[in-house]
Amino acid sequence: MSEAVRRFTNKFGLPRLIISSFFIFLFIVALLLKLPIYSLISDTIRRFGMYGILVLAMVPAIQSGIGPNFALPLGIICGLLGGLISIELGLTGAGSFFAGLFISLPFAIIVGWVYGILLNKIKGSEMLVATYTGFSVVFFMSIMWILLPFKHPEMVWPIGQGLRVTIALDSTFGEILNNFLLFHIGGIKVPTGLLLFFFACCFIVWLFSRSKMGVAMKAAGDNPKFAAASGINVDNCRIIGTILSTVLGAVGILVYAQSYGFIQLYQAPLMMAFPAVAAILIGGASASKAKISHVILGVFLFQGLLTVALPVANEIVREGNLSEVLRMIVQNGIILYALTKVGGEN
Amino acid sequence: MTEMNNVKEIDKGFEKFSIKKFLISHSVTILFVIVCLIGVKLSKLPLFFIASELLTRMTRNSFLVLSLIIPVLAGMGLNFGITIGAMAGQIAIIAVTHWGITGIKGFLLCVILSAPMAILFGNLTGKLLNKTKGQEMIASMIAGFFANGIYQFIFLFLIGTFIPMKDPVMVLSSGIGIRNTIDLSRNVGIKYALDNMVKLPVFYVLLAGTILFILSYTLFRFYKIKNSNKNSKFFTATYISKMIFCIMIILICCVLLFNKDIPNNIKMLTKIKLPIVTCLVVGALCLFNVLIVKTKLGQDFRTVGQDKHIAKVSGINVDKVRVIAITISTLLAAWGQLIFLQNIGTLNTYGSHVQIATFSIAALLIGGASVSRATIGQALLGTILFHTLFIVSPKAGKNLFGDAQIGEFFRAFVAYGVIGLSLGLHAWKKRMQLKK
Repeated sequence: MSEAVRRFTNKFGLPRLIISSFFIFLFIVALLLKLPIYSLISDTIRRFGMYGILVLAMVPAIQSGIGPNFALPLGIICGLLGGLISIELGLTGAGSFFAGLFISLPFAIIVGWVYGILLNKIKGSEMLVATYTGFSVVFFMSIMWILLPFKHPEMVWPIGQGLRVTIALDSTFGEILNNFLLFHIGGIKVPTGLLLFFFACCFIVWLFSRSKMGVAMKAAGDNPKFAAASGINVDNCRIIGTILSTVLGAVGILVYAQSYGFIQLYQAPLMMAFPAVAAILIGGASASKAKISHVILGVFLFQGLLTVALPVANEIVREGNLSEVLRMIVQNGIILYALTKVGGEN
Repeated sequence: MTEMNNVKEIDKGFEKFSIKKFLISHSVTILFVIVCLIGVKLSKLPLFFIASELLTRMTRNSFLVLSLIIPVLAGMGLNFGITIGAMAGQIAIIAVTHWGITGIKGFLLCVILSAPMAILFGNLTGKLLNKTKGQEMIASMIAGFFANGIYQFIFLFLIGTFIPMKDPVMVLSSGIGIRNTIDLSRNVGIKYALDNMVKLPVFYVLLAGTILFILSYTLFRFYKIKNSNKNSKFFTATYISKMIFCIMIILICCVLLFNKDIPNNIKMLTKIKLPIVTCLVVGALCLFNVLIVKTKLGQDFRTVGQDKHIAKVSGINVDKVRVIAITISTLLAAWGQLIFLQNIGTLNTYGSHVQIATFSIAALLIGGASVSRATIGQALLGTILFHTLFIVSPKAGKNLFGDAQIGEFFRAFVAYGVIGLSLGLHAWKKRMQLKK
């Protein structure tokens, strides 16, 4: 019996077990406190779709062997740029969203390509360098948000210069995906468009990993020496992985923004990589192996946990933002746990 | 024949000190000197303001920057986990302010209180880092974030609920959680406890210090040469260059202090005062860093830093040495944060510790240090350069673009960029060496 339990915990992973049971526990508490369960579930689903693609961006990076992409802000910035240009062009509705996607693609591909080359030069310390590259680019772009010649009245400050900190998307692509085929099942809102888009992205990444290039990329990530011996250009594979990850980051932030209803500039993208990394790790990925199923499970657990924790926490302690503190502890604890599994060079 | 040899040796000497090599290996520092000079020019701030501000910031921050050196020696890279030490310092400050002990007494109590906490935290961090060998830097960074979560949990939710504390000044009006900012000014806390003990005009101190240095250094050399059997020369090149440097400082000081004809804005510089005790504490830490290398423990650090495997074979307990290195660093960071906060005068309960690792590490790297080599000189030089940029960049941004915010962003961009770039360059160099 205990053997079976141990095998199960080994397979399922201890942190996942703890997080899942905590999630269920919180849910029961929410039920006991008579919190509005339907809106909690709707919120969980919405946030699941909202963060999903940002987490999905970790998959190609991990598969190609560069580890979790702590430089996600690079992709995010490309996405923001695409979105802003689309608004600047005066587009509205679904058109503005897809225009934003297509405009951001070339930026993301170029940035990902350059960044991939850089990462090939610093094999072994990708995570730390990526983190700081991401940070510094966020601040560089903060300068750019002030200096770039955007003119659209909804984006710039009425007085002074530069773009607003948060730009409302009501008149452009706010909730475009969320409202597509939206339906209710007894009080639970299901944002069909958002979920469909997320699953479509998952499916594309899954298809890609089945293709010849995807298999080569995975092999390069699994065992670079063996891959090189069997004639795979490991460096190229890593670059492709980085490009894909950056592109997904760009798509992810646009999906996030439309669901949120606002584009956030300046320091907002600074810390965005960490929840995404934590989510995929909670889902069962390690710093060297990741699957689509890890993304789906991870983002559901992590975002669900946070959604349910917020009202429950507010019910118990009215002061302060317990949910935010909880996020910090869970998120960083998970990343640390994953790091202890990678480490050990001797 | 001997002449030929001499020529060869001179050539070798030149090779060692070729300008190109010097420029490449110090590129970051040189770049920063240039950026700082441009910033100073653009900001149009008075020299007096920059100098006095810089001096305050030097005494405030150098202890923290110096606390990074020992883990580098032990081959663990830059300790992004000094945040955890800073938290220990802040916990001590919160306790001491709550008890209402002010001034230097309060400060000393903070020093004593924070020590066991910092040692405990350092120990735990060390154990964690032993499990993540090869990834110490990112692990220590995430550990800092993680600890920050726990710190917030304790001070936002446990104070007033599990930890009984009733202090209307410090606890939020609801009775749960510590306020966002805690005033440490003169009558209620430890503001300037260390700084204001003795304050003397900086140029008199410099003058006296330099003369003292000349005397002691000459005597020291005299003594050393007398005791050594080899007939080594008294006037070596290093000795003469040091003396010339000192005499130049003395001349500058004398001109500034005793010449009445110099313009007023430069004359103002002589009014800047130096917090002597803080400087002595920082000096003591420098001395500690120098002396520890000479002990058995210091040698162990270096051996572990150079090659873990060889260290293990020669009977050093590698894991233990690494834990000690991080513990020392954490402890020093806790004390460094105390010095920092007694100068600032307000404790930002949930924010004071967040950025210190980034800024200290950026400062160290700007001084020319790398992941595997850092010296006291680099730490001090880096602090000067980094903080010059800090002082001038908002004003320079305003003058150049009409927006002070740009200067602030530029500063953050540079701090993070320097860290990313230096770490990247280091990783790249290491890979090149491995390939060879």
